[in-house]
Amino acid sequence: MPELTYREAVRDAIATVMREDDSVFIMGEDIAEMGGSMGVTQGLLEEFGAERVRNTPISEMAIVGAGIGAAMAGMRPIVEIMYEDFLTLSLEQIVNQAAKHRYMSGGQLTVPLTIRTQGGAGWSPGAQHAQQLEAWLVHVPGLKVLYPSTPEDVRGMFVTAVRDDNPVLFFEHRLLYPVKGAVPEQIEPIPIGKCRVLREGTDVTVIAIGPLVHKALEAATLAEAEGISVEVVDPRTLQPLDEAGLVASVKKTNRAVVAHEAVTRMGFGAEVAAVLQHQAFDWLDAPVERVGAKFAPLAFAPVMEQFVVPQVADLLAAIRRTVGKG
Amino acid sequence: MAKVEKKRALNDETLREFLREMLLIRRFEERVEERFRAGDLPGFLHVAIGEEAADVGVCQAMAEGDVFASTHRAHGHTLARGTHPDAVMAELYGKIEGCSHGYGGSMHLYDVERGNLGANAVIGGGLPAMTGAGLAFKLRDEPRVAVAFFGDGATNIGTFHESLNLAQLWQTKTVFVCQNNHWAESTPGWQHSPVWDDMSKRALAFDMRAIKVDGQDVEAVYDAAKEALDYARSGAGPVFLDVETVRMHGHFIGDPQVYRTKEDRALAAGNDPIERLRARLEVDDAEFEELDREVQGVVEAALLFAQNGTDPQPEDALKNVYA
Repeated sequence: MPELTYREAVRDAIATVMREDDSVFIMGEDIAEMGGSMGVTQGLLEEFGAERVRNTPISEMAIVGAGIGAAMAGMRPIVEIMYEDFLTLSLEQIVNQAAKHRYMSGGQLTVPLTIRTQGGAGWSPGAQHAQQLEAWLVHVPGLKVLYPSTPEDVRGMFVTAVRDDNPVLFFEHRLLYPVKGAVPEQIEPIPIGKCRVLREGTDVTVIAIGPLVHKALEAATLAEAEGISVEVVDPRTLQPLDEAGLVASVKKTNRAVVAHEAVTRMGFGAEVAAVLQHQAFDWLDAPVERVGAKFAPLAFAPVMEQFVVPQVADLLAAIRRTVGKG
Repeated sequence: MAKVEKKRALNDETLREFLREMLLIRRFEERVEERFRAGDLPGFLHVAIGEEAADVGVCQAMAEGDVFASTHRAHGHTLARGTHPDAVMAELYGKIEGCSHGYGGSMHLYDVERGNLGANAVIGGGLPAMTGAGLAFKLRDEPRVAVAFFGDGATNIGTFHESLNLAQLWQTKTVFVCQNNHWAESTPGWQHSPVWDDMSKRALAFDMRAIKVDGQDVEAVYDAAKEALDYARSGAGPVFLDVETVRMHGHFIGDPQVYRTKEDRALAAGNDPIERLRARLEVDDAEFEELDREVQGVVEAALLFAQNGTDPQPEDALKNVYA
């Protein structure tokens, strides 16, 4: 199998859907000549031209809103919001418009729009360039929310997102872009709403998303040395959630840790914990542990930033607690 | 120097059809007001009484295949683009037969077959989408136009500025129709905008073509809208259509309008676009009464249709969340 970085995998997926479907175009800030602030869209302008690879003004409401209108008029736009912190500027269009046109029209309309964005800590940009805001979006009926963590998944899920007839929020993580991984020769579309077991284990399931998947795999290796067998599961799709897949894993291991980089309180993990306690109550041998960022904005000073966001040690500690070794 | 008469595009027969359409919208909304006050209608309703010439003039100038986004004041646009009064009234009653099948209501009228991509209850909410739809028409080289309706109150929100900027920058096939009734809910124009009495100035900032028109003169509105639509359709760029109009009633049904002077209300009442067109066409009392009876019959039939419509099942609320 060939290897791609997460960045190359996203780029390959964008190019693939653009080659196969003329109604797909991409727009966003600095995505054309510059190739995007993360370099994801490099080379697309040269291949597809300026009509289909469009630099926009700094204008998040219009970027998303124009995507919505183009989608309603028969296109399949991809829009890039440079940082998910800036997604907040376009939330009205996402929450009140994209998510609701199909519903309010009684099923007359579809909005096949893919909104790509990225975020994540670990490089000290401060409080406005690294937030993880996926929990804001999973709360809105009408939106699908994807957050793949590996090159294979990001590539396979992106093509599915663009081909889907619903508005899809597609979260990428800044620190994952250089991560390499094996990918199939040809893109294999990955269905929305299916979790992935990345490592099998018997004592505790760590349900992790984004960069925490990789940290969970590290923690699992460390736990193994202590005699704890850890299963690592990535939901990949946050909305709709593969409840059955997550519950099945926890029924096998009888313990669960839920992990994300976003703040723990009111986070995505809270919903997962609620699902597990309700559907696997009789199987649980320990309280569901949650790992996430402390309840503070992201500080600039690296030492403070690293303190706030969850680390491998935090995961290992949570794993130990579930097996009574805390 | 010879006096140059402005060439009129419309004959009297067409204008009589416009009069009927305007009167139908008027009677429809009056009946909706009456039913709402009687407690027969759920929800939050806004009528556009006084703005019928603006609604009909623009909508009649649009072509098949054109799309539009409307506002919370959407009954007129929807009826004028050809959605049957039965389907609009049924929607106001929350029935399956409604144009949004009971999912939308007065502020969310849709009729995709007739280009209605949704009435929006968020001020300025529909402008970006019409920029995007106009972009789609341009990219596919289609002779279609996306029309965004909004009021003067919307010209202060970010979506307005971002949409006009992007539309002009990309030369999308979009017409922005500002129905300036000089009120943003209860706030008069002079309190909310430095250019409240000439909204066409807003277009200057974006180097966008603007056309200003007396919105109480349906013929003038039609001509101006036709010009704007032709321009956008040809690919020459978007147009800002500044339609000066009058809101004869309150912001919403039941609005006591404590903020509005008697003089202003009297002024609005004296600027009725229907009266104006009637005078222009010299429609006498007998003819007008006959027309009135006919449209009132249509409204009564719509009311009966709606009242006898089918209620959705409660669990239908869980449908249509996803495609």
